[in-house]
Formats: sequence, structure tokens, C-alpha cells
Amino acid sequence: MHFDFQNMNSYQLDVLREVSNIGAGNAATALSKMVKRRVDMGVPTIKLLEFSEVGAILGDEEKIVAGVIVPVAGSMNGVLLLILEYKDTSNLVELLTGKKFSDFEAFDELALSAIRETGNILAGAYMSALAGLTSLSVKCMFPDVSIDMAAAILSIPAIGFGMMADKVLYIDSDFAEGTDNVKAKMFLVLEADSFEILLRALGAIS
Amino acid sequence: MSITIKVGMGEYKLAQKPDVLTTLGLGSCVGICIYDKTTGIIGMAHIMLPTITQARDTVNIGKFADTAIPALIRDMIALGARKAQMTAKIAGGAQMFSFSKESDLMKIGLRNTAMTKDMLKELGIPLLAEECGGSSGRTIELLSEDGSLVIKTAGKEVRIL
Repeated sequence: MHFDFQNMNSYQLDVLREVSNIGAGNAATALSKMVKRRVDMGVPTIKLLEFSEVGAILGDEEKIVAGVIVPVAGSMNGVLLLILEYKDTSNLVELLTGKKFSDFEAFDELALSAIRETGNILAGAYMSALAGLTSLSVKCMFPDVSIDMAAAILSIPAIGFGMMADKVLYIDSDFAEGTDNVKAKMFLVLEADSFEILLRALGAIS
Repeated sequence: MSITIKVGMGEYKLAQKPDVLTTLGLGSCVGICIYDKTTGIIGMAHIMLPTITQARDTVNIGKFADTAIPALIRDMIALGARKAQMTAKIAGGAQMFSFSKESDLMKIGLRNTAMTKDMLKELGIPLLAEECGGSSGRTIELLSEDGSLVIKTAGKEVRIL
């Protein structure tokens, strides 16, 4: 039978949620080690979105956020996108570098590099958990950071994988440092065919 | 009182005097704004990709420059606009991330802009003004009162084309 990620059954959705939970759990542990604090994680949610809905995932489309995009390539193709609002970004940078910044525009190369590296480490932890569970080979590519309007950043993964279908699936994971000083969101967006490869490797497609 | 109508990614919408069409946070997508001066009919498309030709399993023609622009013009004509009076302004096509090697996803803003211009030329709609490229997201508003295109970019002054 032809697999369509826009019409997954409840078992397949459960499997996807569980595998994301393990990936995000590994990323939360990695973040905890980086900031040397406890990091809590919410249960990942699966969002099957119309393209027109993507820009408003965080509410305000024009809110300025920091986004780190990490392309994923190999047996599966996609991107991981880490998103932080200003207060969280600034607290994270301070935890990592000891430097305080008054606003996004004040961030220097060191701050941007700390944000980029956080995305890199979290994405690596997330994908290595997925690779371990599935025995699929996936590689995280070089990360890049952008500070801009939420909708402009959130749209990039959708555009990359918008060719094949009328909807796009974002797997949304939330992280919060123990005292809520740093909250972050991570989205996994895969190419349409990669969902089938992932679910097949996990035995959720017969 | 005018109302402001939001155009989401992959959508195209029309409006009439005195209303406003807007797109919030355009990244590498392109916002195509068409204005018919004599009727005050405006249209905006928020395209994501240049062409439908490599697509499969898709029925959403609003996503692609080569299908959204003709559809937008057709619907404007159905509403009473005249093609000979239409003019266009475009914005967007930024490169939000600068990954060195992921070339295709990278250059999508440029390709979207190029295809948009080709389509407008092919359809004979004069392109009066544009603000494309760069690395910043943009919010745009098309005013039916006079066809002005208002562009907002994070940390910069508002510009009117």
C-alpha cells in the first residue's frame, strides 16, 4: 500500500511520537551537560500543518527569535530547527560564555557561535538517538544561525520539503532549564519519503 | 474603515478598496503584489517555490510562482480588474541561512525571485518596484488606496515602494 505521511494511522503516530521522545530526551541530556543544570522536556507533539499555518506556530509571526538550522542527510533527509526567544537566548549565552547582552543586535561573534554550537550539539544528540534506534545512517550537516522574524525562520524547513505534498509535518519538542531561565523549542522536519523510511525501519509499516 | 487580510504561505488573496493585504515574516518566499489603479482591486500571492513542474501529490497552486501568478491575475479579472491596467511590485526572496554547501535550499530565494520576474514578463504585467534578496525577513502590506507597498524589516526603518 502507498504510504502517505499526511494520513498516518494512530499506531504510526504513536511510534513517531515515541521515537521523537527518545531523540529529544537525548538532546535534553546534552543541553543539561552544556549548561550544567537540570533540563526538563515536554512530550513531543506532532503537528501536521497547512503551509499557511507554519508562520504562526509560535503565535506572533513577527516576533524576533534566534533559529539554528541543522540539515540532516543520509538515509533520511530533513532539518532540525532550534528556536529560542530573546530572553532565553541571552540567558543561554550567559550560561555558556559568562557574557551578558542587552538585545539581539548586541550579540557578537562569540554569542552567535555559542548559539550555533548549541543547535549543533542538540541536533547531533537527537539524530544519534534516532540512528541508534533504527540503524539508519544519518549525518548532521554544518549548522547555521539566523536572528529574525519567527515566520521567516519557521518557513525555511517547509519550503525545503514543500515540493511533494500539500501539508508539512513538524515534530515539536520543548526544553526548559530547571528554573525556566532557558526555554527552547526544537522542530524535526523530514522529507516526505523519509517518514516512510523511518517508520519502516521501526517496523511500523508492514 | 479598511480591513487587513492576511495572506499565509502558499496562499493568494484578493481585496478591494479600501482594504489591505498583508504577509507577515516573508523569508525566502516572494510576495507578489498586483494593483489595478482604475478599479482599486489588489491581489497578493505568497509563493514558496519557483515551479510546479517537479512537484507531485500537490494540488495547491498557490505555492508555486508559475501557477500562483496566472491564477491571481485570472481571479482579479473575474472580480472586475483589467489586465492592461495591472502593475506589480514584489518583495522577499531572502537568504535566511547561509549554509555553504546546501545549495538548492539555499538559493531558493533567488530562484523564486527570478521565476516571479519571468512570469510577470510573460504575462505582460509591468514590474514597478521590488525589494528582493538580502538576508532579512520582511513584513509587507499592499494598500488598495494607492497601490503602495509598505515593507518592514527587523531593526530597520519602514520603507514604502
